Amino acid sequence: MFENADLSLVDWSRAQFALTAIYHWLFVPLTLGLSFIVAIMETIYVKTGNEEWKRITRFWMTLFGINFAIGVATGIILEFEFGTNWSNYSWFVGDIFGAPLAIEGILAFFLESTFVAVMFFGWNKVSKKFHLLSSWLVAVGANLSALWILVANAWMQNPVGMVFNPETARNEMVNFWEVLFNEVAVGKFLHTISSGFLLASMFVLGISSYYLIKKREILLARRSILISGIFGLLSSLLVVYTGDFSAKTLAKAQPVKFAAFEALYEGKQKAGLVAVGILKETDKHIGNTAVNEFAFRIEIPGFLSVMTSGDRDAFVPGIYDLVNGNQSRGILPVSEKIDRGTKVRNMLEEYKTARKNNDNARAEELATMFRDKKFNDENFRFFGYSFLKSPDEAIPDVKVAFYTFHLMVMLGFLFILEFLLAIFFLFRGTLEKHRWFLWAALCSILLPYVAGELGWVLAEMGRQPWIIQDLMPVSAAVSQISTGSVITTFVLFAVLFTLLLVAEVSIMIRQIQIGPKH
Amino acid sequence: MTLMISHLFLQQYWWIIISVLAGLLVFLMFVQGGQSMIFTLPRNESEKTMIVNALGRKWEFTFTTLVTFGGAFFASFPLFYSASFGGAYWVWTAILFSFIIQAIAYEYRSKPANVFGQKTYDTFLFINGSLGPFLIGTAVATFFTGSQFSLNEMNQVKWQTPWHGLEALLNGLNLALGLAVLFLARTNGILYIMNAVEGKDLIEKSVRKLLVNAIAFLSFFLLFLAALLLSEGYAWDGSTGTVIIEDYKYLHNLLSMPVVLVMFLAGVAGVLYGIGSALFRGSRSGIWYSGTGTLLAVISLFLLAGFNDTAFYPSAYDLNSSLTIRNASSSYFTLKIMMFVSFIVPFVAAYIWHAWKAINNKRITEDEMKSEGHVY
Repeated sequence: MFENADLSLVDWSRAQFALTAIYHWLFVPLTLGLSFIVAIMETIYVKTGNEEWKRITRFWMTLFGINFAIGVATGIILEFEFGTNWSNYSWFVGDIFGAPLAIEGILAFFLESTFVAVMFFGWNKVSKKFHLLSSWLVAVGANLSALWILVANAWMQNPVGMVFNPETARNEMVNFWEVLFNEVAVGKFLHTISSGFLLASMFVLGISSYYLIKKREILLARRSILISGIFGLLSSLLVVYTGDFSAKTLAKAQPVKFAAFEALYEGKQKAGLVAVGILKETDKHIGNTAVNEFAFRIEIPGFLSVMTSGDRDAFVPGIYDLVNGNQSRGILPVSEKIDRGTKVRNMLEEYKTARKNNDNARAEELATMFRDKKFNDENFRFFGYSFLKSPDEAIPDVKVAFYTFHLMVMLGFLFILEFLLAIFFLFRGTLEKHRWFLWAALCSILLPYVAGELGWVLAEMGRQPWIIQDLMPVSAAVSQISTGSVITTFVLFAVLFTLLLVAEVSIMIRQIQIGPKH
Repeated sequence: MTLMISHLFLQQYWWIIISVLAGLLVFLMFVQGGQSMIFTLPRNESEKTMIVNALGRKWEFTFTTLVTFGGAFFASFPLFYSASFGGAYWVWTAILFSFIIQAIAYEYRSKPANVFGQKTYDTFLFINGSLGPFLIGTAVATFFTGSQFSLNEMNQVKWQTPWHGLEALLNGLNLALGLAVLFLARTNGILYIMNAVEGKDLIEKSVRKLLVNAIAFLSFFLLFLAALLLSEGYAWDGSTGTVIIEDYKYLHNLLSMPVVLVMFLAGVAGVLYGIGSALFRGSRSGIWYSGTGTLLAVISLFLLAGFNDTAFYPSAYDLNSSLTIRNASSSYFTLKIMMFVSFIVPFVAAYIWHAWKAINNKRITEDEMKSEGHVY
């Protein structure tokens, strides 16, 4: 039957996936955003016929190319790691999860890779208009790739549109549109790509500021700041808006994650949003898990309730409510979920035994129950809880969730301010005088990278212990390979990716120093 | 009107798509084949730059096809994805490694401040070019020779050797196909370079290399083919629903599926014609015949592995853990959705073809490499 894997194997498999995902995310957001910025610049070139715009376009396109290659290199690993390291997961949900990955390849990757070749090599080979179209298609293709993988990820956070088949022992898709237009998917996609636009805008703003500090490439820098300032401001506003939207869906789909990133233990109405806070561990425990409390906090009263439903009086459940249950609010305790999950698992085992003994009547009876909607809503959706040994295992790391969320949000507001200032100074014509701002913009290049990675750590660690919310914990999802093998590949990947990163950064910095050639 | 299509129809439909993707992948591995000769084919730096750039404008097609092949396999036959990738861990990981280092090598090799120097990146291209096709060929051969794994009643895989896939390298038939794929990739690589690059001396040397590689390819391929047709195979017995060993299974498959037989022979003829036209008539278009031939031959091999009630991913350890297109596939609903998605493929192929022609309308020359464009 299902085996709980050895803990070190689970940890190393997670570490390897985290490593590849974190490295991948160092490159992807720049591709998502810079592809659009380059396409906008080229559009201006084609409209105006101004050669300087072509020069600007080609300069940023060179940087795009350097970054693009390494994004592709790290991406292939992620796709195959679902199979190599999470093979039980791959079977359990492959019927749903595989489709977006395949569509991504057919629909998006080919678009991206075909037209990226035209973009790089087509300048003197195809017409201006076809070249421009290619640049836009690269941007669309890159962002479509993001769509499908995020649909897949969102499904893991909020599994919908499927039913469990005991015969094959897997979940099978019954509604494609529910999977695609999953609320979490919509929010996640928009939030993620807009964060990529923001990051690329800050990249362009920062490097342009460097040229202004060095008093070279003035026209290129000003024009690039114009584009990146406006694009960046719009994107950062979109990031806030979609972040808020995501929080709303999260409150419904993953209430424990939501409570964790606010470190909210006691549920309440008129719950306040912590603007700034420091946590400290207390002697109190839920099971074996220590409870945190605030050593210091500044709160916006009632705002958390508003965030979840737009209603100041809305009740926001805390971690205690979610673990111990809260009957008046209709929240089941985790212990009850464990019981129901265990019941389902026993039924599954009974089904397998019945099949083995050719007791087909009993098997068919059980199979019918698995197809029943009420059974699914009340029991099967807690299947994953059968793997938990105690209720507190359902709580993610509160400190990690709290700090990553709050740092990310603070950075988000800082970016809005920076783009506003850039546009303001540019239109006043005083940009070059505010050298402090140019330096600040240059130093800020790294900050959206930090914010983006924090977002992913929050999204992925915040849903622990689940690989699929409530249905499968990470411990039941790993491939049965030796821990030693995973440690070996972890080290190999870590060394290789780090070396490639060093090369990438070095090449990038040199290209920026060289500046535009044409 | 509702269209009645059976689950088996969809399973076959998707096995054909997988076969086509595999065929395209092996054809597009001319990029790898070319890379494997990066130190031996060009006589000077200028020729090397031209070769690298000719290949470099196509590497992403191969890469994307590999990724799509993986994704499509996952979506249509998830049990293969989980059993093979999660079990034959080391083979797949080795393949992945060889592709990571390829992806950055083109872009970084000639850039200033690339830290490790051009030689390193060229070595990356060489490693990917040699190991990639060889390992992929070896892994695909296990579709015929079988692997050591078992599935439990929850369809979870347990690999039965500590080598996690590397043991496939000990089987002569696997090695033969691995080497055949490698030398086919090199053959196609030469034919592509002859098609895409200008340079009298380079073409002359290419023709000489072509002969050697074509002979090597044919030797390993015929060896594999003969052994395969004489060997026993893994048959799915519909009456009992179990997998049994059948003598001459793949020969039987070939004979009982005349379309596949014709396609296979046409494929082999195409490859031979492509090689012959370049060798004896000095044609520069051999790649198109050989490429089409490769596509057809690989599709036929895949159909041989999966159709006619054959286990396409057999377990030699536990026959009944073997994967067939019936027991390894996605549900009816998912396959149907994916069928609709697959209707976009001709459109994708059309724009790829258009973009390819736009970029390759002129052969690469030394002068172009000295211009200010995007040069690897």
